[in-house]
Amino acid sequence: MFGLNRRDTRFLLIVIALTLLTPFILQPFPEGSALAQFNAGYPDLMQRIAIFGIFAIGFNILFGLTGYLSFGHAAFLGVGSYAVVWMYKLLDYNVLPGLVLAIVTSGLFALAIGYLSLRRSGIYFSILTLAFAQMSFNLAYSVLTPITNGETGLQVYTSDPQILLGENEPNVPHLFGLAMNESYKLELGGWVFTFNVGYYFTAVIAILAFYLSLRIFRSPFGMMLRAVKSNQTRLHYTGVNPRPYTLAAFVISGMYAGLAGGLLAAMDPLAGAERMQWTESGAVVIMTILGGAGTLMGPVLGAGFIKYLEKIFSKINENILEGWFAFLPEGMREVVVWVLSRFTGEGWALTLGLMFMLVVIFLPGGLMEGGRRIAALFRRRPETGKDDSAPGGAPAE
Amino acid sequence: MDAILLQILNGLDKGSAYALIALGLTLIFGTLGVVNFAHGAMFMIGAFCAVTLQRLLSLSYVTIDESRTDFLGNPLKIRTPYVESWFGPEAGQAIIDWSVPLAIVFAIPVMVGLGFLMERGLIRHFYKRPHADQILVTFGLAIVLQEIVKFFFGANPIPTPAPEAFSGSFDFGVLLGFEPNSIIYPYWRMIYFVFALIIIGAVFAFLRFTTFGMVVRAGMVDRETVGLLGIDIDRRFTVMFGIAAAVAGLAGVMYTPINAPNFHMGMDFLVLSFVVVVVGGMGSLPGGVLAGFLLGILESFASMSQVIDLLPGINQIIIFLVAIVVLLVRPRGLMGRKGVMEE
Repeated sequence: MFGLNRRDTRFLLIVIALTLLTPFILQPFPEGSALAQFNAGYPDLMQRIAIFGIFAIGFNILFGLTGYLSFGHAAFLGVGSYAVVWMYKLLDYNVLPGLVLAIVTSGLFALAIGYLSLRRSGIYFSILTLAFAQMSFNLAYSVLTPITNGETGLQVYTSDPQILLGENEPNVPHLFGLAMNESYKLELGGWVFTFNVGYYFTAVIAILAFYLSLRIFRSPFGMMLRAVKSNQTRLHYTGVNPRPYTLAAFVISGMYAGLAGGLLAAMDPLAGAERMQWTESGAVVIMTILGGAGTLMGPVLGAGFIKYLEKIFSKINENILEGWFAFLPEGMREVVVWVLSRFTGEGWALTLGLMFMLVVIFLPGGLMEGGRRIAALFRRRPETGKDDSAPGGAPAE
Repeated sequence: MDAILLQILNGLDKGSAYALIALGLTLIFGTLGVVNFAHGAMFMIGAFCAVTLQRLLSLSYVTIDESRTDFLGNPLKIRTPYVESWFGPEAGQAIIDWSVPLAIVFAIPVMVGLGFLMERGLIRHFYKRPHADQILVTFGLAIVLQEIVKFFFGANPIPTPAPEAFSGSFDFGVLLGFEPNSIIYPYWRMIYFVFALIIIGAVFAFLRFTTFGMVVRAGMVDRETVGLLGIDIDRRFTVMFGIAAAVAGLAGVMYTPINAPNFHMGMDFLVLSFVVVVVGGMGSLPGGVLAGFLLGILESFASMSQVIDLLPGINQIIIFLVAIVVLLVRPRGLMGRKGVMEE
C-alpha cells in the first residue's frame, strides 16, 4: 500500500494511529488527580510537538542521511513564518496559500544558501550555514524591517489590505472557515480530552511529511544520500557527482523547515526574527540527535520528548517538589528539593544540556538506539551488527 | 582622516577579544584537532571570575551606628567590607576598585583547572569521534556551563567597572595634531588592546622559545612521530588545552568593564570567533590573530554612518559576508596551511 512494502505500511499505519490518537495518549491521567500535571493533551503543546516533529524530520533528511550538519536551519523556519503572515496580511486568514508560499520561498532560499554552502563539507559547511542564518537573522532585525517588522515581529493589523477577506470570515487563522483554535472537548469520567482543529490540521500535514520522508528513505535517492555520508570519495571515483543529491536533500529539508515555520504562524499569527536565531537551529539539532539521527522515527520522538519535557519540567516548581517529597524527614527533604529544583522550572535548560551531552557521549544513536538496545536485552540475543547509518531496517521498534 | 583613525581604534578592542578567543580555539584545534564549541563559555566564565572576585572582595559585615538614622528613622546600618577592616579603609577601597585587574591572578588557576578537567574528563574521549560529535558534545557542555552561571548570577548583565584610574578617556586627536575631542578613546579599551598584545605575544613566545613549545609545535605538525620519539604528547596537549582556556578566560576577565557580562555573552562571541578562525585559516595561530583584528576593525568601519547610508545593514552582516567569501574563494583562509582541513 502507498508504494511501500508490508512492513513499512504497517509502520506508517501505526504512526498515523499514534498521531491521530495523540489527544488520548498524552492525557493518561484524570483531571484533578495528583498526576494531572504530567498530562500534555492540550492543543498548544500537541501542535508544537507535531510542528517541531516536521522540522526535525526535514532536518534528518539532510543530517541523518548525508551527514551534513547544518547549523542554519532556523533561517528557513523564520522565512516560512514570515511568508504565512504576509499572506494573512495580503489575502486573508486562510492558512493554505501561506503554507504554499512558505514552502516555495524557503525552498528558493535553501537553494541559494545550499548552492553556496555545499561547496564545502564538514565543519566548514556548518559554519557557512551558521553564517548565512545569522546574517538573515541580523538583517531581519535591522534593515529588512519593512518586510519583517523588526523587533516587534510581523503581525496582522486592521489596516492591512486582506483583499479576500469575506463578510463573516473568522478573524483568526482558519482553513476555509474552520478556525484553527476551535476545539471540541470530550469528557469521559474524570478525563477531559481536547480535539483541536489546529492540531488535527498539523497532524495530517505531519503524517504527509512523515510519509514523504519514509519514501525518500526507501528510494534510490535516499540510498544515494547514504552513500554521500559513508564515502564521498568513492562516489566520486564511481563517476557520480554527489553535489546535486546533497543540494536536493538540503532544499527538501529547507522546505520542511519552511513548512514548520509556516505552521507555527498558523498556530499563532505572529512571526518574529528570534525564530531565525541560531539557538533555534541548535534546538533542531538537539532534537534530531536525541531521538536518533538517520532513523525515521527518531527525530519525531526527539521533538516530542523535548517539547513535552520542556513544558512539564518548567511547570514543576519548589512547591510541587515539596509535595512529592513530603514523606522525607525535614532536613533531607530540603536538600532533595533544593537539588531537584535546580533542574526543573527555570533550570530546565540545564537538564536539556546534560541530557543532550549524555546522549552524545553514551548513546550516539539517540533514543532509538537506546530502545533497540533494551529490546535486544530482552530478546536475549546478541546485538546484530547493524550499521549505524542504515538503521531503517527496524524503525518502529 | 580622524574619522578613519577613530574607527580603527574602535575596532581594536573588539578585534582583541576576537583575536584572543580565536587564538585559544586555534590552539585547541591545532593541537588536539577538536572543534570546541564550549570555548565561548570559557570566555564567559572568565568574565564571571571577575564578577565573583569583585563580590568576594566586597563581602562586608554590618555595624549599626546608633548616632545616625536612615530615612525611615531606624539606626543607620553601615556596611564595611572585610578588606577595608583588614587593610584599612583606603587600601581596602583600592583593592575593591582594582578587582578586575586582580581577577587576572584569580582567573588563571581557575581557568587552567577547568581546562584540564574538560580535556581529561570529556574531550579526551572524543578524539577519535567525528567532528560532528565533537561539535555536539561541546555545544551541550556550553549550554550546561551557561545554565550553571545563569543559576548563580541571574540572567541580567552585571556591570563590573574598571578601576577609577582608568575610567576616563584619552584624547588621541591632540596627540596627533587634530582638533581636541575629535578622537577620544577610553583608557580601558587601550589597556585591553595592550593586554591582548601581551597575551598573544606571551603565547607565541612560549611556543617559539621554550622546549615545551617546540615539542607542542612538533606535535601539531606530526603527532605520531613525536609520540614515537617517546614524548608523552597527550600530556603536553592537555596543558595546551588549559592554556587555551586560560587565554579565553583572561580575555573575558578584561572584557567585563567594556561590556557588562551576562550568561550568554560566550555564545554571542563564539559564533563570531569561529568565523574569525575560519577566515584566518583553521589551525593557523597567526592567521587567527590577524583575522581577529582585521574583522574587528572591518566591523567598526562598517558601522560608520556614511557606510550605512550607502549600504544599509552592512554593519550587521559584514563579518559573515567576509567569512562566506573567504570560505568560498579561499577555503584555507588567510594564512592556513595548504591541505589542513581544506575539504
